[in-house]
Amino acid sequence: MEDLERHLLDDFQRDFPLTPTPFADMAQRLGVDEAKVLETLRVLKAEGKITRVGAVVRPGAVGASTLAAMAVPEARLVEVAEMVSTYPEVNHNYQREHELNLWFVITTPSQERLQAVLTDIRDRCRCPLISLPMERSYRLDLGFGLAWT
Amino acid sequence: MNAPSLDPVDRALVLASQDGLPLCREPWRALAEQVGIPEAEVIARLQRMLDQGAIRRIGAIPNHYRLGYTANGMSVWDVTDERVDELGMVIGALPFVSHCYRRPRALPIWPYNLFAMVHGQSRDAVAEKVAVIAGILGPEARAHQTLYSSRILKKSGLRLK
Repeated sequence: MEDLERHLLDDFQRDFPLTPTPFADMAQRLGVDEAKVLETLRVLKAEGKITRVGAVVRPGAVGASTLAAMAVPEARLVEVAEMVSTYPEVNHNYQREHELNLWFVITTPSQERLQAVLTDIRDRCRCPLISLPMERSYRLDLGFGLAWT
Repeated sequence: MNAPSLDPVDRALVLASQDGLPLCREPWRALAEQVGIPEAEVIARLQRMLDQGAIRRIGAIPNHYRLGYTANGMSVWDVTDERVDELGMVIGALPFVSHCYRRPRALPIWPYNLFAMVHGQSRDAVAEKVAVIAGILGPEARAHQTLYSSRILKKSGLRLK
């Protein structure tokens, strides 16, 4: 990975400048020009190495969310996973190696809507489902240190 | 934990930026035009939400998987309710833990109340890090498991409609 990509990823996971021209300010700190910073970020995004440049909102700050897990029979896993993924309220959906083999995050504008989506998924899938909403976060999200090799 | 109150304009800003900032010279101005408030107010509101903790950070959000961190282990621990906060704080401060949460148990199927997400370039690398957590928790962890993801079926940013 190029040096500039590394720096953009590692140095600006937080403390993105809240100034009128943030990319120019980043460029100045890194000793390159603004156009190069913008182009590199576009490439990183196009390649999927970053999902976006933006804000990480604390769960619960806006709306309601939960982590749900379901125990789905192996033969129905693909069908059920696809059905769960069609909900716009589901923003992460992972298969995990456990009896509870489908894990997904549901985010909604209200608690009422969250319960309605959970009930709907439970009724349609007819599989054991548990809901594990976050009670407390123990990590101030400072980004994630990437080990460069 | 008191949720800081976000007014409708704050919410509109969060919604407008959930897919990421436009990668242009003046992203706040673009956001301001979209929401219909002055650029200076966009900046002031974002700063306030950062200070209040409603926004955790603003920056480039890495995709661990595409960066080669293809193993992702959700380590889950059954810790006594009396000590979970104190121990959670210690585990959450470890550099290789990306998220650390307390969640309710769902007995009998799910006895774990402390979740620590660990990313690594291989399962062995994740297992080594989980062993460090096990060493710290010692007998305080009555049981634990690591759930590896075998497939990512959907991953998108926060969506609120």
